[in-house]
Amino acid sequence: MSAKKIFAKAYIWILLIVLYSPIVFIAVCSFTEAKSLGNWTGFSLNLYKSLFTGGMQNSNALLSAVYNTLLIALIASIVATILGTIAAIGIFNLKGRKKQAIQFLNNIPMINPDIITGVSLFLLFVFLHISQGYLTVILAHITFCTPYVVLNVLPKLSQMNPNVYEAALDLGATPFQALRKVMIPALRPGMISGFILSFTMSLDDFAVTFFTRGTIGLDTLSTFIYTDARKGGLTPELRPLMTIIFLIILAVLLFINIRSSKNTQESK
Amino acid sequence: MNETDKIIEVRHLSKSFSGKKVLEDINLYIRRGEFLTLLGPSGCGKTTMLRMIAGFLQPDEGSILLEGKELAGTPPHLRPLNTVFQRYALFPHLDVYDNIAFGLKLKKTPQEEIDKRVRRVLKLVSMSDYEDRDVETLSGGQQQRIAIARAIVNQPKVLLLDEPLAALDLKMRKDMQIELKEMHKKLGITFIYVTHDQEEALTLSDTIVVMNEGRIQQIGTPTDIYNEPVNSFVADFIGESNILNGTMICDRKVSFIGHDFDCVDEGFGEDNPVDVVVRPEDIYFVDKEKAQFSAKVKSCVFKGVHYEMFVDTDTGNELMIQDYDAFQPGTEVWLRIEPDDIQVMRKERTQNTFDGEVIDNETVRFLGGDFKCDASAYSSGDKVKVEVPFDKVDLLDNEEEGESYGNVIFILYKGDHYHLTIATPEGEKVWVDTNDIWDKNDQVGIHILPEDIHLRKAEGNE
Repeated sequence: MSAKKIFAKAYIWILLIVLYSPIVFIAVCSFTEAKSLGNWTGFSLNLYKSLFTGGMQNSNALLSAVYNTLLIALIASIVATILGTIAAIGIFNLKGRKKQAIQFLNNIPMINPDIITGVSLFLLFVFLHISQGYLTVILAHITFCTPYVVLNVLPKLSQMNPNVYEAALDLGATPFQALRKVMIPALRPGMISGFILSFTMSLDDFAVTFFTRGTIGLDTLSTFIYTDARKGGLTPELRPLMTIIFLIILAVLLFINIRSSKNTQESK
Repeated sequence: MNETDKIIEVRHLSKSFSGKKVLEDINLYIRRGEFLTLLGPSGCGKTTMLRMIAGFLQPDEGSILLEGKELAGTPPHLRPLNTVFQRYALFPHLDVYDNIAFGLKLKKTPQEEIDKRVRRVLKLVSMSDYEDRDVETLSGGQQQRIAIARAIVNQPKVLLLDEPLAALDLKMRKDMQIELKEMHKKLGITFIYVTHDQEEALTLSDTIVVMNEGRIQQIGTPTDIYNEPVNSFVADFIGESNILNGTMICDRKVSFIGHDFDCVDEGFGEDNPVDVVVRPEDIYFVDKEKAQFSAKVKSCVFKGVHYEMFVDTDTGNELMIQDYDAFQPGTEVWLRIEPDDIQVMRKERTQNTFDGEVIDNETVRFLGGDFKCDASAYSSGDKVKVEVPFDKVDLLDNEEEGESYGNVIFILYKGDHYHLTIATPEGEKVWVDTNDIWDKNDQVGIHILPEDIHLRKAEGNE
C-alpha cells in the first residue's frame, strides 16, 4: 500500500472515531453502575432496569419529558407537513420575482440561528400576551419546521408533469379530489421526508423550546437533560436512555436507506 | 346549416396575457362529429384556445357555446369534454387500468361497467393485456395510447387533443395519425386537434383553422387551404410554394415575374398589386412553342418521389419547381403555368403605416424612436400617420445605429427579394423588402432616410 492510500484510509477512520466515540462512550458507560460518568465498576444492566421500572429518583419527570418531546414533535411535524405542502404548491405556482422573493423568505428561518428564533418568538408571545406553555412550544416548532417541508416538497412539484392536475380536473375530479387523488400521491415522498426532517428537528431542539416553554415547568428531553446536568451531574439513567434513542434512530435511518435503494433499483 | 349541427360555437373570443393579446376576436363553429384542426406556428394562440374550451382558462371577452349553452363559468370537471395532453399527463402512481378508470370511478360507475368499458377502450387503442402495467414502464407511443383511452372511455361529447403526437418519433407519428383517423370514424366523437404540423393537419382533418398571431387566417377543408390560400402567410405555412409580387391587369389576367398570365381570378380591380402563389408542382416543363417563359436550372435535388429544382427565370426571379423528371443545373428550360394553378391573393398591405407624433419641424417620433424628416407642415405635438414603402426601410447589423430596433419574426422569399416582418420591443410591426439575407430572430437596427418618410394627418384628430 502506498503512503497516499494509507493516509486516505487513516483519514476516514480518524474522522469516524471523532464522530462516533462520544456515542460509543455513552453506550459503553450505560452498562455499568458507576454514579459518575467515565468510571467502570463492572458490567451491569441495572441502569436499564431502573430506567424502565422507575427506580431512579426523578423518573416521573423524565418519563413526562420523553412523552412531551414525542407529542410536541408529532403534532408540530404533522401540522408543518400540511402547512408546508400547501405553501409549496402556492410558491410553485407563483411567477418570476415574486417566487424568488418568497423562496428567499422561506430560507431565512433555516439559516437563522436557533437562539435568535427562540428569543424573537419569546418576545412575540410576550407582546401578544399568549401565556407560554405547550401551545407556544408547539407553535414555535411548527414555525421552524415548515420551511424544511417546503424545501422537500418543491422539487417534487417541479418533477411533476404540469398537466397532471389539469388532467384530473378534466376527467371530472373536483379541485379537492384532484389534490387528494393526484397531487398528494405525487408529492408524498417529499412530504414524508419533510415530515421526518421536521420530526427530528423538533426532537432535538433546545434553544427554541427553552425560550418558549414559559414557567409552568414544561420539560422536553433536551431541557430536562440540561436542567439535570446543571444540578450536579447527569442522572446515570440518562445513559441507557440516550443509547436506546440512538439505536432507534439508527434503525429508522437504515430502514429508510434500504427502502430507497430498493426503489431506485426497481425503477431501473 | 342546421343549428343543431353545431356542437361548439366560439363567438368574439379574446384573451390577453399580461397586456399582450394572444387571441383576438375569434369566431368559429364546429360541427357534430367533425375532425377540426387548429393549425399555426407556436405562439399563434391555438393552445390557448383549446385550454379555454377545456375550461383551464377563462376568456377575457366573448363566449364559447356547447350545444347552444354558454360554457363560461362551468369549471373543467363539469364540462362533458375530455383532453389528451401533449405530454400524456398520465397519473404515475396508478397502473394502466386505474388511469383509464379514473374518470369512471369519480362518476361512481358500477365496477362491472368500468371493467367492460376499460377493456373495450384498451382494445380500441390496441393495448389489451396491459391493464396491470405501471404507466412509467410504457414507451412514449404506448403512454399516448393510454392517454387517449383514458379520455375516450368517458364518452365525451368533444375530444380535445393538444399536439398529442408531438413527442413521438416520425414513424410512430405516422402510424398514430392513421389510427387516430380510424378511431375518429369509429367513435363518431367530435375531435378538436391542435398542431403546428401542416402535414398532420392535412392528413387528419375535415376542417382546418389556420391561425397566426391570435387571429384566424383561414378556415376550410384541407384541399381548400392547400389550393386556395387566402394570404401569403397561409400559402407559406401550408406546403411549399412560390409567393410572388404581381399586378392584376384586369379580370382573369395577372402579371408577375415580368410576364402576363391568364388566370381564373376576378374582382381584384385593374392594375392592383397582388400576391401570387404558384405551387412548385404546378410549374410544367414544356416545348418552346407552348412555353410562357424560359429559365435556367440552378440546382436539382432528388427528394425520393420527385426532384426539387430551383430555376432563375429570364427576368431574374427564382422559382422552386417539383417534377418527376430531372434537369441538370445549367440547362435552359421552357416553362408554363396553367390558369387554374395560379392563386391570386389580395395584398394585406402595400406599405408600412405607423402612428407617429411630431416633435419639431424636422423630427417625428414613431416605433419608439425619433426619425428625421420634413415635418414643417405640422406643429409639434401633432399626431400623424407615417407611411414608409417596404423597400425604403434599411436594416442595420448594429441595432444601436438605427433610430429604432426590432427582431426578425417572419421571412418570406418572393422570387427576387425577401419580405421580412420585424417586431419592435413594443410589439409594433415593420415590413421590409430587402435583398440582404437575415435570419429569424436576428436583432436589427431600423433606419429610414428622411425623404422616404411621408406624413399624413391622422384622422379623428382633436
